[in-house]
Amino acid sequence: MAKRFVSPQSLKDVDTHYCSGCGHGILHRIVASVIDKLGLRDKTIGVAPVGCAVIAYDYWNFDVSEAAHGRALAVATGIKRCKPDSFVFTYQGDGDLASIGLAETIHTANRGENLTCVFVNNACYGMTGGQMAPTTVVGQKTATTPFGRNPRAGEGWPLKVSELLAQLPGVCFVARTTVTSPKDVLKTEQCIRQACINQIEKKGFSIVEILSPCPTVWQKTPIEAAKWVQEEMIKVFPLGVIKE
Amino acid sequence: MREEGREKDKVLMSGNEAMGEAALRVGCKFYAGYPITPQNELTAYMARYMVGKGVFIQSESELAAISMVMGAAASGTRSMTSSSSPGISLKQEGISYMAGCQLPAVIINVMRGGPGLGNINSSQSDYFQSTRGGGHGDYYTPVLAPHTVDEAIRLVMLAFDMADYYRTPVLILADAIIGQMMEPASFPAKSEFDKPRLPKSWALTGAKDREPNVVRSLFIKEGSLTQHNENLKNKWQQIREAEQRYDQYKIEGAQYLIVAYGSQARIAREVVDVLREEGINIGLFRPISLWPYPVTAIQRAAASVDHVFVVEQSMGQMVEDVRLSLPNKKVHFYGKAGGDIPRTKEIMEYVKSEM
Repeated sequence: MAKRFVSPQSLKDVDTHYCSGCGHGILHRIVASVIDKLGLRDKTIGVAPVGCAVIAYDYWNFDVSEAAHGRALAVATGIKRCKPDSFVFTYQGDGDLASIGLAETIHTANRGENLTCVFVNNACYGMTGGQMAPTTVVGQKTATTPFGRNPRAGEGWPLKVSELLAQLPGVCFVARTTVTSPKDVLKTEQCIRQACINQIEKKGFSIVEILSPCPTVWQKTPIEAAKWVQEEMIKVFPLGVIKE
Repeated sequence: MREEGREKDKVLMSGNEAMGEAALRVGCKFYAGYPITPQNELTAYMARYMVGKGVFIQSESELAAISMVMGAAASGTRSMTSSSSPGISLKQEGISYMAGCQLPAVIINVMRGGPGLGNINSSQSDYFQSTRGGGHGDYYTPVLAPHTVDEAIRLVMLAFDMADYYRTPVLILADAIIGQMMEPASFPAKSEFDKPRLPKSWALTGAKDREPNVVRSLFIKEGSLTQHNENLKNKWQQIREAEQRYDQYKIEGAQYLIVAYGSQARIAREVVDVLREEGINIGLFRPISLWPYPVTAIQRAAASVDHVFVVEQSMGQMVEDVRLSLPNKKVHFYGKAGGDIPRTKEIMEYVKSEM
């Protein structure tokens, strides 16, 4: 019988530090698997963020650069412009991409840089202990919104970066998915695959936003956290291909 | 340093443009920058003349510019950015990362007045920031300070070779006068760096037929960051021993010594000439590398000197290194910051009053 479930070559056979029920493990695997299937590993250069995925290079089996908090897309721009034949992607969280790096995000997209961006939205800062992120939903309790995020108290509304980027002519592909069910995992793989193919075909900037559970910060079990994504988070961040 | 028989190759260029051209001539293939006075001519030069030779990007911010340079450097490409004081403060984030990641790049600071927005006039107020790392963490970057357009060209060329060899960002600390001033200059075929050009086996090029390369400054395993900092310290020590650069003028038999760098050294040189005519035995010591500071050379130059006069376009920054180098000498300071530069006559008066 043929072996159907194999570990991608682009993923190292090591344990990760991620919490139970976290989306990063699934997403690392999807990224590695797509890179393998498209035959890109030998020319891949990833850019790891600051955040929970800061040591993604300990898990991926290809060249990776770190970047300062929020600057992953600027680092990726430098790499890709110098090595246009390489495959360059960033892997960033919501604090990184939507807050401290928002200028880099918008301008990299607006220049139409031929890059692929994997944007992991878990509605909080995970690594630093669960503070409010730009993507934290209204009413959500975090370390810095102990009474729930209240836009009327000057805490702002959830920032929909994908919808914002979709308006820019340099952006060729925007999709929002999640990884909370097998069907959604397959859809996410499809979208990330498309975002990678776009780069090979030199179509411009592609981004896939993935709603990803953070049971630890949300103080939920993995199953409750997945349910919260499906029931609450997608009300604010609707799933689907936003631009293609 | 100027090459024999190349006088016909002399050009009249501003320091800013000449530094851009020098970078292109030593194979700089990536430049990212953000507008700020008084270095805009450099960015514009790169925009115009990078075409066909490499990549030019006008970035959305200084933070982005330095991170783009970091990415370019990580890919093994010779890369550069330039700015002026407030912009360099922003670039410190990326400079610290590159020092930690051991990535080579050249960063030009055409200094203006500070603190804060200050003004756009010439200043030497970023000495502390430049020579003490500048960003967070334990690190240094070599700092080279040109006093003419011609020297600026040579130091930019040297900076690229030095950056690659030691795998470190290298700073060119110019000032608005050097950046804006036009004077005759020539371009040597290569820099005076005497060490080999090493292959960049650490660069991110895709892990084909080799183990993956990782560019990182994060070391979280117990003891690993301590070891990394020890390794960096050994590198700084190696640079300290090999890369002290300086120039001196009329120091033979000098009783008094003026110490100045950059555009201020030109004025100090005139002070030396005039005072020598008046019969005062005075010489000039001009550090070219501000880090590593030319400690041995200044000690030698000041061996038989009674008084040392440090003159800066600052409220007294390099003077601290002079005092550290010459603990037993009487070290005087004269400086101004904010665009009004110490001029010949007032320096002469100060020197005479303290003699």
